Amino acid sequence: MRKINTLDIAGIIEDLCKRVNYKLDETVISTIEEASRRESSPIGKKVFSQMLTSYQLAEEEKTPLCQDTGMVSVFLEIGQEVFLKGIPLEEAINTGVRRAYTGSFFRNSIVDDPIGTRRNTLDNTPCIINTRLISGDKINVKLLIKGFGSENATALKMFSPTSSKNDIKEFILDTVRERGPNACPPLFIGVGIGGTADYAVKLSKEALLNLEPMDEWELSILDKINSLRIGPAGLGGDVTALYVNLKTFPTHIAGLPVAININCHILRTGSATI
Amino acid sequence: MTYYLSLPLDEEERIKLKVGDEVFVSGNVYGMRDQAHRRLAELISEGRELPVDICNGSIFYVGPTEPKPGEKVGSIGPTTSSRMDPFTPLLISKGVRVLIGKGKRSKEVINAIKLYKSVYLVTPGGISPYLRQFVLYVKPIAFLDLGPEAIYNIKLENFPTFVGIDTGGNSL
Repeated sequence: MRKINTLDIAGIIEDLCKRVNYKLDETVISTIEEASRRESSPIGKKVFSQMLTSYQLAEEEKTPLCQDTGMVSVFLEIGQEVFLKGIPLEEAINTGVRRAYTGSFFRNSIVDDPIGTRRNTLDNTPCIINTRLISGDKINVKLLIKGFGSENATALKMFSPTSSKNDIKEFILDTVRERGPNACPPLFIGVGIGGTADYAVKLSKEALLNLEPMDEWELSILDKINSLRIGPAGLGGDVTALYVNLKTFPTHIAGLPVAININCHILRTGSATI
Repeated sequence: MTYYLSLPLDEEERIKLKVGDEVFVSGNVYGMRDQAHRRLAELISEGRELPVDICNGSIFYVGPTEPKPGEKVGSIGPTTSSRMDPFTPLLISKGVRVLIGKGKRSKEVINAIKLYKSVYLVTPGGISPYLRQFVLYVKPIAFLDLGPEAIYNIKLENFPTFVGIDTGGNSL
């Protein structure tokens, strides 16, 4: 049994929130640099160059990558040999978010009663917390900070079990055609297939956490998306999406849930192991 | 074509802008988003006075971060324009002529833009550290209780945009 004080987790969440709002992961930047070389439209090229300059400025000047400093999603894999001591885990995680957002001139974007007063909580809490128990005595922390320009582009469809791969591809293309231009392209596309409705949505978001190499089907969907020619910033061009990741899970004989979660070009993820 | 223009734009200047043109904008805009739009629409429907003069006005859909001490501008960039679509035709009919944001617009907005010879300018999302270089100041001026959703007086200097919908109703 290994004891971990939840306040240590708060510290890690605080550091991750701060870093992720200023600095993109190297893999994200190299994915974008590589795609920028494929762009042939004059406007698209200009937008790519503005994007790459912007990432540099964000890091140098400590200016948030986007004025929408997002709603924070935290994904914890907790080793079952860990004993958590100190304040309750969820309180600790929100403490980390609160400390990051009140001390850093980030925008507080969270409102309390969503269909009532919509009063700003003024510290960007609460965040969304997902936990999973795993073997071992470590905790893996992953974090995704997402603005709502892209979160609003999320889609879920409950397909019939006899639907084809092509039906799913068409659904992805329709969603990107309809909602992609608003989601700050070029896009990262997470797709969750299977499980239950809620689980498919969760999978689609988790699909954005690791940029694993794409398989043949993912690459063929990426190609189709790029043939939509929405382009960088929705101004037309070759590069509409940068990456597609499909995650699957067993499902019920009567169904085939498919969820799509779209991220803008600033994919703000971070991770740590305790 | 590439233009360097100062706000407010008169009708002649707006008409020459064609979809896809690059426009570097200077001058003052009202920064506002969802809740401010709803409040303005409510005031108009009640026939009450607006806290800002929107005659020949320009609106930038935005909710910036607070500036750091010693700086005049925080992180600033466009938010999704389509959320403002239900209120935009009304605001155009009351005098707004230039809209700056990101993403698609509704048919109703395109029709209002055409009818009143307005223009919709698009600027990329997710590049706030780049865009802030072209913003001289950001001052909250109305609906201050809304925090980041207040109305701001924002001064732009050579702010980079592209024409998304022109006065003829042509769109990207």
